[in-house]
Amino acid sequence: MTEAAFISSPHRHGGATITAVMLRVALALLPGILLYAWYFGIGILIQCVLAACFALALEALLLKLRGRPVGLFLRDGSAVVTGLLLALCIPPTTPWWMVLTGIIFAIAAAKHAFGGIGYNPFNPAMAGFVFVLLCFPREMNSWPAAPGTLETGLGLGDSLRAIFLPGREMVDATSGATALGYMKSRLGLMGMISEIRADPVFGTFGGRGWEWISAGFLAGGIALLVMGIVKWHIPAAMLIALTTVSTGFHLYDADVYASPIFHLFGGATMLGAFFVATDPVSASTTPRGRLIYGALIGTLTYVIRVWGAYPDGIAFAVLLGNAAAPLIDHHTRPRVLGESGSGA
Amino acid sequence: MMRALHAFPGGLHLETHKEKTCAESSLLQPLPERIVLPLQQHIGLPAEPIVGMGERVRKGQMIARASGYVSVPVHASTSGTIVDIGLHPVGNPATPDARCIVIEPDGRDEWFEIQPVHEYASVDPRELQAVIRDCGIAGLGGAGFPTHVKLNEGVENAVDTLIINGVECEPYITCDDRLIQEKATYVVAGARMIAHAVQAKHCVIAVEEDMPQSFAALEKLVEDDIELVKVPTRYPAGGEKQLIKMLTGFEVPSGGLSIHIGIVVHNVATAAAVYRAVTRGEPQVSRYVTVTGDVDRPRNLQVLLGTPIHDCLRTCGFREDGEARIILGGPMMGTHLRRLDIPVIKTTNCVLVQPAREPAAELPCIRCGDCVDVCPIKLLPQQLYWHARSDDQDEAQRYHLFDCIECGCCAYVCPSHIPLVQYYRHAKSRIAAAERQRQGADHARTRFLARNARLDRQERSRNGALPAAAGADIAEKRAYISDAVERVRDRRLQRDPNQGGDD
Ligand code: SF4
Ligand code: SF4
Repeated sequence: MTEAAFISSPHRHGGATITAVMLRVALALLPGILLYAWYFGIGILIQCVLAACFALALEALLLKLRGRPVGLFLRDGSAVVTGLLLALCIPPTTPWWMVLTGIIFAIAAAKHAFGGIGYNPFNPAMAGFVFVLLCFPREMNSWPAAPGTLETGLGLGDSLRAIFLPGREMVDATSGATALGYMKSRLGLMGMISEIRADPVFGTFGGRGWEWISAGFLAGGIALLVMGIVKWHIPAAMLIALTTVSTGFHLYDADVYASPIFHLFGGATMLGAFFVATDPVSASTTPRGRLIYGALIGTLTYVIRVWGAYPDGIAFAVLLGNAAAPLIDHHTRPRVLGESGSGA
Repeated sequence: MMRALHAFPGGLHLETHKEKTCAESSLLQPLPERIVLPLQQHIGLPAEPIVGMGERVRKGQMIARASGYVSVPVHASTSGTIVDIGLHPVGNPATPDARCIVIEPDGRDEWFEIQPVHEYASVDPRELQAVIRDCGIAGLGGAGFPTHVKLNEGVENAVDTLIINGVECEPYITCDDRLIQEKATYVVAGARMIAHAVQAKHCVIAVEEDMPQSFAALEKLVEDDIELVKVPTRYPAGGEKQLIKMLTGFEVPSGGLSIHIGIVVHNVATAAAVYRAVTRGEPQVSRYVTVTGDVDRPRNLQVLLGTPIHDCLRTCGFREDGEARIILGGPMMGTHLRRLDIPVIKTTNCVLVQPAREPAAELPCIRCGDCVDVCPIKLLPQQLYWHARSDDQDEAQRYHLFDCIECGCCAYVCPSHIPLVQYYRHAKSRIAAAERQRQGADHARTRFLARNARLDRQERSRNGALPAAAGADIAEKRAYISDAVERVRDRRLQRDPNQGGDD
């Protein structure tokens, strides 16, 4: 027999790969993305493809520069997911170079500067999004008008023009605010929720159109839970915390504090709970830690939405949660089998 | 009355692949050309040869005696002539060659005259222990811990429950299953003897749910004194800690032994060997070995100790085109064999042939936590990995590195294909090495202190402060045992395959 290298046990593997995980995550995003396109036009699809391509190209470039095996790491698919998540956070009419800016920050600064996949303390997509949000606040707040308020969503031509030939006169359709943004600015003007909710930007229980997109992400998220790709702790803790806090305030004064349903289905709550906060690399990794981590993000989201400067708080809340994750992990090591303090 | 089972954390449902071998009766492996018997087939000190070159020996004759308390003798497994006493390959990755006695069989397979013990129930437990030790029985479950040492622990401590472990949770392995089906009477009688030897209050025989024939065979034999239990098929249900947790709900203290909670676990094959030793005076000279995987005729074999693995493979139709990977043991915890001329020893339970595949490329840990969900010890494998990799020994120990049973569940599910167990073994051996170094310095001081204490004790007992030295004697013996066990553990860690490359 040949003197082959010694191979350590186990000599079997279950077959799971990062690629398969990322592929399922991307597929689970699909219902939400399709509903998005249905309500707000084809722009989001262009944006998703664009961001994913940018992310892949940049990932390849950085791997090459860092002397890592390009094919091996590119295949893991994490760059594609980062691209998709970033695209889903920014308005669908964002000009291409802003998208690129976000991707560069996400992949280069938030991921590879720390050592690439597995080493990034912050979620790259959220870091990239927050970066463009800080750099281009105006563009990041011009959302497509609520569906049904204008004749149609943006068509293919308009979308392409908005993304690739920016600087022209922006179409009227993009001047809107999201339901969360509208709610925030009107509340700032001492409006009452009962009146604010009458605006066509609101739907049955969240923002018009957005509520169904959220439902799409919820469905995808549940699929991930069922497949075991995502564990229940983080989404459950986050949604329960958000519901609890918002219910408390809503019961206290329903005219100033929106209902929990509005918080759950308005903005990026579902996307955040199932696809962003659950990014394993930057999340807490112990079972108990994940509950704390999720609850922290849920609570912070509410705090930022209601008292912060930005209409939606998911991205900031996740980044703050990321920062707290190592500390949470440190204090939540599970009791090992037979460790003292065990009730036998 | 059926025992209520408890669940153990983590674990995996694995494809068992046992159907190939569990239904077919075992074959007698023919006498090989040469028998190579390593002096160390157990955990502890190697045995010392008591025969010379050219001497004629008969089957069952002791050819090397135990060299200390944690040691067991070696017996000739067939009749023949001693042709060599020296270094031979034994397949241990760290010490590829070890001292062995080589016998050239004369083909007659003549037994040495053997002396059975009659009426074991009236025999003093300690005497039973001596018989078991003299018959060279060492944990046949795989670890190879000298059986009499475990029995002694049982004699010195009150034993509530004796567990006879027939749970073969690793895929492919069916040697215990076959043994029970073919020798159920031995197993049950052996269980009763061990129960007597340790004076156990309860005795449980546990088998897996997917061993219906074994269960049926045992069911006919057990009476009120033995409880027969089926446990769910879930890897690693046969691990000592897992089995204890399942059957009793108790957890073996971290860093402790099962005897600390009044439980002793022995393997079914050990029970059968004890029966032979006690009622027939037969030492341990053969065992069941499963040969399976990528061979033409997978089968269980009854193999004389010292038979080359190669012979067993040949019996089962192994194709020698060189591309296969041979695993000694099961797919989850077995060792990769790089040569096949090594002998079957007391702990050899399975030879598995599987296609040699390139291991998948290792990617960074993405902290997905899948490993946490399957770890049966509730460790955090990803954190352990992190600390093991950065050689942070204190943190690795804070995360209970030494509680890891190396079951491989974590590495099995890891989407990044990180050979986690390899990292843990490496880290364990590095820590053990550092520990030994420290102890070297401490040793002199400890001895000095111990001497002072002894003198002090003598002084006081002379002054009538202590009743004679009986108590001290036991304490010293205990210390000796724990010391020996400690050393054994060190040595086991040392056997780590990766320790050579401190890269
Ligand atoms: S399964 Fe692998 S990738 Fe996932 S946390 Fe454990 S070690 Fe890391
Ligand atoms: S090998 Fe160790 S860390 Fe991995 S699952 Fe088994 S006990 Fe846990």
